[in-house]
Amino acid sequence: MNVLELCGVSKVYGDGPAEVHALRDVSLSVDEGELVAVMGPSGSGKSTLLTIAGTLEDPTNGEVRVGGASVSGMSRNDRARLRRRVLGYVFQDFNLLAGLTAAENVSLPLELDGVPGKSARQASLQALDDLGLRDRTQSFPDELSGGERQRVAIARAVVGNRRLLLADEPSGALDSANGEAVMRLIRAACQRGVAGVVVTHDAQLASWADRVVFLRDGRVVDQTSPAPGPESLFAPNP
Amino acid sequence: MSVRHALLALLTEGPKYGLQLRQEFEARTGEVWPLNVGQVYTTLQRLERDGLVESDGDDEGPQKGFRITGRGEAELTAWLRTPPDLSSPPRDELVIKILIAMQVPHVEVHEVIQRHRRYLVQLMQEWTRLKEYAADRDVGFGLVVDAELFRLDAAVRWLDAADGRIRRAAADGRIAESSPMPKMPRRAVVR
Repeated sequence: MNVLELCGVSKVYGDGPAEVHALRDVSLSVDEGELVAVMGPSGSGKSTLLTIAGTLEDPTNGEVRVGGASVSGMSRNDRARLRRRVLGYVFQDFNLLAGLTAAENVSLPLELDGVPGKSARQASLQALDDLGLRDRTQSFPDELSGGERQRVAIARAVVGNRRLLLADEPSGALDSANGEAVMRLIRAACQRGVAGVVVTHDAQLASWADRVVFLRDGRVVDQTSPAPGPESLFAPNP
Repeated sequence: MSVRHALLALLTEGPKYGLQLRQEFEARTGEVWPLNVGQVYTTLQRLERDGLVESDGDDEGPQKGFRITGRGEAELTAWLRTPPDLSSPPRDELVIKILIAMQVPHVEVHEVIQRHRRYLVQLMQEWTRLKEYAADRDVGFGLVVDAELFRLDAAVRWLDAADGRIRRAAADGRIAESSPMPKMPRRAVVR
């Protein structure tokens, strides 16, 4: 089932001579359990695509559906609820709140959504435990390493059974071992049924995805075929 | 890939039979480089001829054991410390194809670049899938897969850079329809 569907999405900023076409007629759907990487150089429209998929911005043309529901018909409150309950974001610079512990950062979206404090805390501790951070739940972000901070950010993005994970260069500031760990966690979330979209210019990061979509000048120009199984590398050469 | 030195390395752990050497070689290189038995025995014969290994004697066959000599150990240590030849190959096929694509009328160079980019990324997806399933259990295999991924990644980055460079040059009017093939620099020699 499609969790995210972009149909003919365009985005234009400014007007007249200053008009910039950030996205042109982009269609993309992401299934439950599927991880899609959107790859392109700076200025290709990757981040715009993610903010529109995340309902933070409206497209100039086209339609966005999340979990089957069209976003354009939703009220501000409905969208905010969608963002709290269905969507999770992971940013390059983590965006954790400095004054809150790891556990508080993760439980915050649940509490904002009206989940009672005790259940929110339990869910938060469980999510952190799943990501190997059992000993760091009471640490503040500045007491954590870069890799640990990004794991907290992933815990925050998936806590409470959210169905769509959107990540912008999620391992951008990390070394390759931590970058790989982040992608393994995102894959694990997808294997539990979350739909994932990672935007990146990095081919190693993109290669964790089931499907890689190439974006250039705001257009989808190409995509990889669904990834074959690992056995294909050992098949005899034709 | 130096089968010679890999076999010497396995013999530093103690005397071994030919068949055993083959199994251990394949296991430790993540079974990415299959070896046939003939290759193993030919290599062992040469190592023995050069005085780098010794065998149990005249008994030919699977039960013949080999051990490393002092000269063999010295050879192995020297080889490990000798830098491999990483000077660029005289003709990199991908580079040549993109250079030519710029010259051929009716060929869109960016489309050619994207075709190669997609192919390389698909290969990387396959290697990454292997890493996902197996690399945690086997360090040697993880190293082999990482090496492939970094090599393919370098080719993708080169394509990205080429794509950008050609676009900027076209925007500045620096690419003429009939510009001659650039002169290739002579092969850099690194010693």
